[in-house]
Amino acid sequence: MTQADALAATLLAEMQDAGAVPVAADILQPAETLLDLYGEDIRARAYVTHDPDLGEMMLRPDFTVPVVQAHMRGGAEPARYCYAGPVFRKQSGGRAREYLQVGYELFARDDPARADAEVFALFARLLAPYDLRPVTGDIGILKAAVAGLETSIERKSALMRHIWHPKRFRALLERMGGRGPLAEARAELVSNLRAARAEALIAEAGQMVGLRSADEIGARIATLLHDAEAPPIPREQVQALERLLSLAAPARAALGGMRARGWAALAPALAPALDRLEARLEALDAAGVDTAHLPFEASFGRTTMEYYDGFVFGFLPARGDLPPVATGGRYDALTAVLGQGQAIPAVGGVIRPALLEALT
Amino acid sequence: MSLKLGVPSKGRLMEKTFAWFAERGVQMARTGEAREYAGAVDGVAGVELVLLSASEIPRELAAGRIHLGVTGSDLVRETLADWQAQVWELAQMGFGHADLIIAVPQAWVDVDTLDDLDAVAAAFRAEHGFRLRIATKYHRLVRDYLRAHGVADYQLVDSQGATEGTIRNLTAEAVADITSTGETLRANHLKILRDAPVHCSQATLFAARAADWSGAAPALRALAAQLGVAVPEGLSGD
Repeated sequence: MTQADALAATLLAEMQDAGAVPVAADILQPAETLLDLYGEDIRARAYVTHDPDLGEMMLRPDFTVPVVQAHMRGGAEPARYCYAGPVFRKQSGGRAREYLQVGYELFARDDPARADAEVFALFARLLAPYDLRPVTGDIGILKAAVAGLETSIERKSALMRHIWHPKRFRALLERMGGRGPLAEARAELVSNLRAARAEALIAEAGQMVGLRSADEIGARIATLLHDAEAPPIPREQVQALERLLSLAAPARAALGGMRARGWAALAPALAPALDRLEARLEALDAAGVDTAHLPFEASFGRTTMEYYDGFVFGFLPARGDLPPVATGGRYDALTAVLGQGQAIPAVGGVIRPALLEALT
Repeated sequence: MSLKLGVPSKGRLMEKTFAWFAERGVQMARTGEAREYAGAVDGVAGVELVLLSASEIPRELAAGRIHLGVTGSDLVRETLADWQAQVWELAQMGFGHADLIIAVPQAWVDVDTLDDLDAVAAAFRAEHGFRLRIATKYHRLVRDYLRAHGVADYQLVDSQGATEGTIRNLTAEAVADITSTGETLRANHLKILRDAPVHCSQATLFAARAADWSGAAPALRALAAQLGVAVPEGLSGD
């Protein structure tokens, strides 16, 4: 048994002591579910193989999806699960392709703040012996801020879709504010589309090929022309959102700052999300976490954790540029997608024992 | 030990490679019968010519079985993970130009840019229940490009040839392919997105980081001086 195996066994035992039921998951997972959830990017990160009967299969890139699926098939509520085993990710350079993950997942309908705090406090306790720097964030606040923008549903949903792609998000926000190269390209497109009726433009452009129909093209033209009439997102709202995205402060100060500072442009929409953050900080305090010093970064989790949609956290090595030793968060929306209509609020996280071993 | 130089074994790419070296005083020629893949180099001592398919040269460089290789910059970037960790780029040779581009049907009058393609991909997925398909053989380059630009809701489907036809055959909605003039695209009723190409490829002289340079370094220095290219820093072998 390697030292990482021993660490994994110890962590798993402590998670069981905390009330979690150990669960297993197949290493070979159907690729389609994962591709549908994560998109093409997962193909670059996961090992895909082919089974003559079952089609495309994937070496499990994480446990979350199979654990949620197992729970959806008839787990009792609330439920706490833990697991340990290898996951497989394509990497460049000398980084591990196969490594152990130990994880804890909590499914509970009541009191999400307490559930968030339970998971974070457990991880903080398990990781206390190591020299790590915790970071927290809240994707729910970003979503609330987008929902609060004074603009059309279509624009908001375009922004929502790209919360996890910061570069495109910024470009979209700039265009919707009526500025930058995308706004110019859009203005030119709209002026071309205004020149004639949609059917005439399509007929003139060339032979129709492919699955996307003239109706679909016509529908988007209508959307584009409609959008061109909508006023740009007000400058002060764009700036308020940009300031929010770059916020990094101790959690209590961050909450106070978001409540107090000049974000009136977004404040009414933010209020319920900030109430949820406050409730979480209360629950964390009650669980023994010092929220006056707990780091909070509004953009944390935006690039790496696409399925998290509320509280997010990570534990990073205090020195060097090593990857996070542990990450986690709330993923209510994922359970809705996997449950095909059913959903259960869920929060969890994983630890990589081999990275802990490297710190000792 | 001699310096092994891999060059494309046939066609215009071979001819232009020979011409490029000849202009710089290094004569190359195929030897033996017309069908025999052997060659010789004149003008610099200790250089051995290895004739290979252009598509095999990236792999041979990565394995260090050849010291230098001439091939398209697109093939190196597509074939090798983290290519800069595996090869040095010595010289862009100024021929074999081709752009890797993304094209959509001309009838998509609502699409000029990646920004439009991304919006269409979201609507397409909602309408059809699966992700918009982009046919290509350049999976790594296209995926990296689309990720860098934050395009979501697409999937890549593999196409090793006649890629422009996949849209008509309803196996893809868009294509990512190499083009130099765009004629094949137009003939298939496709147009190129207005953004910068995924990659602008040209024939390039590469050096293998993994090759055994002990003994080959002097030949490289002589060849590099003759060609007027810089010897990469960090090349061991002295």
